[in-house]
Amino acid sequence: MTLDLLRFTTAGSVDDGKSTLIGRLLYDSKQVFEDQLAQVAQASERRGGEGTLDLALLTDGLRAEREQGITIDVAYRYFATATRRFIIADCPGHRQYTRNMVTGASTADVSVVLIDARRGVLEQSKRHAFISALLGIPQMVVAINKMDLVDYSQARYEELVAEFEEFARKLRGGKNPRKIELSYIPMSALVGDNVVERSEHMDWYDGPVLLELLEQVEVAYDHPDERPARFPVQWVVRPGVGVSYRGYSGQLASGALRRGDEVTVLPGGGRTRIAAIDTYDGELEEAMAPMSLTLRLEDELDISRGELICHPDEAPVVARELEADVCWMTDEPLRPGARYVIKQTSHSAVAVVDAIEDVLDVHTLERVPAPTELALNDIGRVHLRTSAPLVFDPYASNRRTGSFILIDEARNGTVGAGMIATTVGA
Amino acid sequence: MSVSTRPQLSHLRALESEAIHVMREVAAEFERPVLLFSGGKDSIVLLRLAEKAFRPAPFPFPLMHVDTGHNFPEVIEYRDRRVAELGERLIVASVQDSIDKGRVVEETGPRASRNKLQTVTLLDALAEHGFDAAFGGARRDEERARAKERVFSFRDDFGQWDPKNQRPELWNLYNGRIKKGENVRVFPLSNWTELDVWEYIDQERLEVPSIYFAHERQVFERDDMLYAWREGTELIEGEQVFSETVRYRTVGDMSCTGGVRSIAATLEEVVLEIAATRITERGETRADDRVSEAAMEDRKKAGYF
Repeated sequence: MTLDLLRFTTAGSVDDGKSTLIGRLLYDSKQVFEDQLAQVAQASERRGGEGTLDLALLTDGLRAEREQGITIDVAYRYFATATRRFIIADCPGHRQYTRNMVTGASTADVSVVLIDARRGVLEQSKRHAFISALLGIPQMVVAINKMDLVDYSQARYEELVAEFEEFARKLRGGKNPRKIELSYIPMSALVGDNVVERSEHMDWYDGPVLLELLEQVEVAYDHPDERPARFPVQWVVRPGVGVSYRGYSGQLASGALRRGDEVTVLPGGGRTRIAAIDTYDGELEEAMAPMSLTLRLEDELDISRGELICHPDEAPVVARELEADVCWMTDEPLRPGARYVIKQTSHSAVAVVDAIEDVLDVHTLERVPAPTELALNDIGRVHLRTSAPLVFDPYASNRRTGSFILIDEARNGTVGAGMIATTVGA
Repeated sequence: MSVSTRPQLSHLRALESEAIHVMREVAAEFERPVLLFSGGKDSIVLLRLAEKAFRPAPFPFPLMHVDTGHNFPEVIEYRDRRVAELGERLIVASVQDSIDKGRVVEETGPRASRNKLQTVTLLDALAEHGFDAAFGGARRDEERARAKERVFSFRDDFGQWDPKNQRPELWNLYNGRIKKGENVRVFPLSNWTELDVWEYIDQERLEVPSIYFAHERQVFERDDMLYAWREGTELIEGEQVFSETVRYRTVGDMSCTGGVRSIAATLEEVVLEIAATRITERGETRADDRVSEAAMEDRKKAGYF
């Protein structure tokens, strides 16, 4: 049995069929309610004439968007089958493309990359695949869509697979080599081929259809033992006068903890053992990510929010200087010397930008050294120094402890998203 | 792709854990949070999640109900009993008080509703108590304006939601920084569906107000919906009061919440009915969303939940 909640992300702009694909998934898996369908049918007929049903309209958003013909932001959609619940992070194209894709990808287990079979592997699909890889999504489904418009040609499909494989070699290598599993599916979201129902037009394809694949794919939390335990303390439970209880609450970011385990508390370095793993539903012998729990410890250590509990022989990095890939999300550019609030796990500190090492050219996906700034939607390697030590893992090995956001101290906006590569000089 | 063999957390446990994490973040990062409790199913789930997040200690925030004065009596009775059981503090912000103070003007006529008025009462109460974060039970599956809303939904000092100016939300890192006068609405159930809520209520054996189960009631039909009739209800010509076996999918004002014909009398039967339903809960039961295609979007911009 796999985790029965799967989060996946799609990205794209109006005409590459993303909305139709999502609409098709919802419609064919019978997740569209009658009143929603009636709304869509009305709107379809208004726009496309009598009898048309434009499934893309199922994901139609806010009035402000309809009026301006744009999509503002990531939308989250929900559907379920007999075996799994799904959360789709639906990322629009256009203006805030990179920012939206990074946001949608940050919580996804799987990324569905759309390719228009007529137009080939375009820049936008490559960028989506690249960002998915950068954000540590280990599984990518390449949906080769609009096969109906290329006569369901196997040769065309294979040509596109080969082209994407060539590009994927770049994704796997580079600055931080990573493992990425790729699957390819020829489909037509418009007609409904190989999304939920198997196509009658492509006998030559015997792999799974999209929904089957999403139902079966394995996600990171299926292997809690493979990664070291990381427990960032969120909240200290002290019931008050007359009760001697003291517990440390948080969500296990990765791995597993057992009662009696020897643990260390970082950055302080104090050592003790787990006396009990408490939940509202009773004590546990063992807990694994992503459970929320409360730990009681054998010794009275002075532990506060932002510290991290782990096994002493598998400790993460404790450092005040770090190198990270930062996606910049606001109009005011990031420049060396600037100060931000950094929030990483449950810990906040002040961070100063010491240097910008490079910026990614989103067209060529090459890193261009020594830029003067990071502008909105840029992704670059940045050196940061923090006011207090951070306890982290490289993002490539732990998405929860390797990620952070940067917050504008004056205006309080979330201005950057970061993925830690290493500590400076390591 | 390989298939896992290891037994794992159920989706309800995963959603629960995520929601507990959100609640603890709010408790840790805000000075004066409050949890909005209406006696409806979603806020009933919020209370259980708060127990899971903070027991054995008391909740680090009070509960608040915006009472329109048009609530179902069964719900108010349930609300008070549940609060007493928990031993937590409840603040009641009353729309009637807002009317009496002249902050809002009561609508008149057969379609009069206090639904719009409660936004003012809510904003006034947040300001009066200095609350900087308010937990609500809203879910993204409810409505398309909600599908785009953040877990931490930032509101300016007029309580307004600006869909074009939301903070990006990445991983499980929430930005709770605000200025004085601003506040954040927090939705721990963002990723839950209606069915998840009912399955969770079933799993946790939570008590819910009796109006969620099939019962006989005096109703009248308007705009294809069955509204509860009570003393003083103004009928439009042609409308008749009759007896029907109904239950409620949502708990709102009596004036704008429709019942559905149903014989689901137990939790298990409600779960089955919801799993099989072909109509969204708001489409079926809420007149307030039918006013215009973008009704919810407009109300949220004005400070509604």
